[in-house]
Amino acid sequence: MTNSKLIYLDNNATTKVDDRVVEVMMPYFSQYYGNPSSIYEFGGKNANAIKDSREIIKDFIGAKNQKEILFTASGSESANTAIRGVLSGDRSKNHIITTKVEHPCVLNVYKQLEKEGYNVTYASVNSSGELNVEEIYDAVNEKTALVSVMYANNETGAIFPVEKIVEKVKSINPNTKVYVDAVQAAGKININVKDTQIDMLGISGHKFHAPKGIGALYVKSSVLLTPLIIGGHQENGRRAGTENVPFIVGMAKAALLAQEYQNVEDTKVKYLRDKLETGLLSKIYNARLNSSASIRVPNTTNIGFEYIEGELILLNMNDIGICASSGSACTSGSLDPSHVLKAMGIPFTALHGSIRFSLSRYTTEDEIDYALENIPPIIEKLNNISPFQNELKELKRRKGLI
Amino acid sequence: MWNYSEKVMEHYRNPRNVGSIEDADAIGEAGSLSCGDMLKLYLKVDDKGIITDAKFQTFGCGSAVASSSILTEMIIGKHIDEARKITNKQIAEELGGLPPEKMHCSVMGHEALEAAIANYYHEEIKPHEEDETVCYCFDVSKSFLENEIKNNNLKTVEDVINYTKAGGGCGRCRGKISEILDSVNAVKKVEKLTKTQMIIKINNIIEKYISPELRKDGGDIELIDVDENKIKVKLSGRCQVCNRSQLTLTHFVEATLRQHIDENIEIIQVKND
Repeated sequence: MTNSKLIYLDNNATTKVDDRVVEVMMPYFSQYYGNPSSIYEFGGKNANAIKDSREIIKDFIGAKNQKEILFTASGSESANTAIRGVLSGDRSKNHIITTKVEHPCVLNVYKQLEKEGYNVTYASVNSSGELNVEEIYDAVNEKTALVSVMYANNETGAIFPVEKIVEKVKSINPNTKVYVDAVQAAGKININVKDTQIDMLGISGHKFHAPKGIGALYVKSSVLLTPLIIGGHQENGRRAGTENVPFIVGMAKAALLAQEYQNVEDTKVKYLRDKLETGLLSKIYNARLNSSASIRVPNTTNIGFEYIEGELILLNMNDIGICASSGSACTSGSLDPSHVLKAMGIPFTALHGSIRFSLSRYTTEDEIDYALENIPPIIEKLNNISPFQNELKELKRRKGLI
Repeated sequence: MWNYSEKVMEHYRNPRNVGSIEDADAIGEAGSLSCGDMLKLYLKVDDKGIITDAKFQTFGCGSAVASSSILTEMIIGKHIDEARKITNKQIAEELGGLPPEKMHCSVMGHEALEAAIANYYHEEIKPHEEDETVCYCFDVSKSFLENEIKNNNLKTVEDVINYTKAGGGCGRCRGKISEILDSVNAVKKVEKLTKTQMIIKINNIIEKYISPELRKDGGDIELIDVDENKIKVKLSGRCQVCNRSQLTLTHFVEATLRQHIDENIEIIQVKND
């Protein structure tokens, strides 16, 4: 029954590595395998490759100079390095502000820091997933060491006004540092730290068609960072470990391609996302839009199917070759549903049946048409299994369908 | 991706006996919408007590639907008292096993079956207020946990989360769950030990932890008899005449044995005639 079709609508989880990325990486495995730190030309070639890549990533996020870019192994490492690295100094400044909807790779660092004696303020979001920025401003005080806000949310795609936030935060306390987790923004929208006061910003290659296992961290030149990984002199002494040359080269290529395809994100990807979203909402009476933030990345939609459960929806979609992900508890093995949807106050009726669809430049109109044709019957089938027949009927009545 | 058995996949893809029975003779419910899974089970029972039809409606994941579906197949044709003997373990086994994190789905099936049978016999289900709620995230009571720990031989807090969901939300009740595990499993330990094993164990503890302390004060202790959790001992040497010997017995001897064997141990002093 498993379908040979593959319709990949889970690009916020990871993306297909672009063939052109693979191509530029290949020589750095078996041909140019020298250590970039070596003195001879064979190693030096790799040092140059890293330098060129750093220049590309610098331009990709709009940094001022190459020294502001550190290569890491993941978005999680970027976040851990930034947060831990900037906090190590003054323990009297023990206050941190973040949001309730950060990715676990950021959120769990703060949970840990709370155990280590930091006070953390978690700003809330509204029912559309938009950040209540006033809560951040109200919380900033002279003890605030760090404010940490994601650029775009992975589950809803909501874009947070990080530039405005950093400006306001710095006007209240100029010494407060600001970290921006831009993992879900990079490659989807244009990032330009140059004109902002953002101190640190993290990205991850595999979210924009580079392979898994490579990330980058922007650290403004005026920011002192204590390294997380201590050892050799690499990355200006801020991240020890022999550089992962092929992956660095690959991520740089992916960044170039992302810039080249930025208009595709804004046009084709957005068009297809909107087509999928409006199509599902109009065809399925128990579908409700969770991701209703007014500013969103172009590729993400999050839809709650009321009175049915997310894992079951995903399993049935898998059978017809459609890949997406769910905010339901059951899919992750944890028993708690998505902290993001809970923070938004999504009603229980839709919370467990929430599905995130995330597209990419590879998504085609045929695929979206296929999804629109085949998802509604699945939902209909699952509605029939639900014990909430009366509630479903009521929903139908309210929509004027019976 | 879960490592579901072929049978689980077959049942969530093609669930059997979906729906409701208009004139059901019994209805049982388990779980809730807010907890993320819920099962409604409908039974038709003939005058001989045979379950002639069963239907279900489930809000839940693949394994929840599969557990419900297979349960209906397992009970149709059975006498209601036979059906009552079905355990959650059997539901999971019939499905070719469930991932550990999904065992709670089989527990939910079993719970709904119990509720339906209680409904059939017009038995009263223990009102919730009388019972202590342990997990507020998933509304799980103490007595339910004790039963599941006993029936499924659960050993760790993780086991309890996998089977009952309790502790799987905010996690605040995990300490409490750990206490319940200890108390249920401690009782079991006493039940399991034969009298000879018990005597050997007590003597070992006396030798290792108790006698050395008493000897320091010129006294000693001797085990006379064991009657379930009542342990008869005789003090000797200077302990016999010490006016604080009763304190020694409860605060030291009894406490030490309770710590090593069972909370319910009682020390009875046998005096010289």
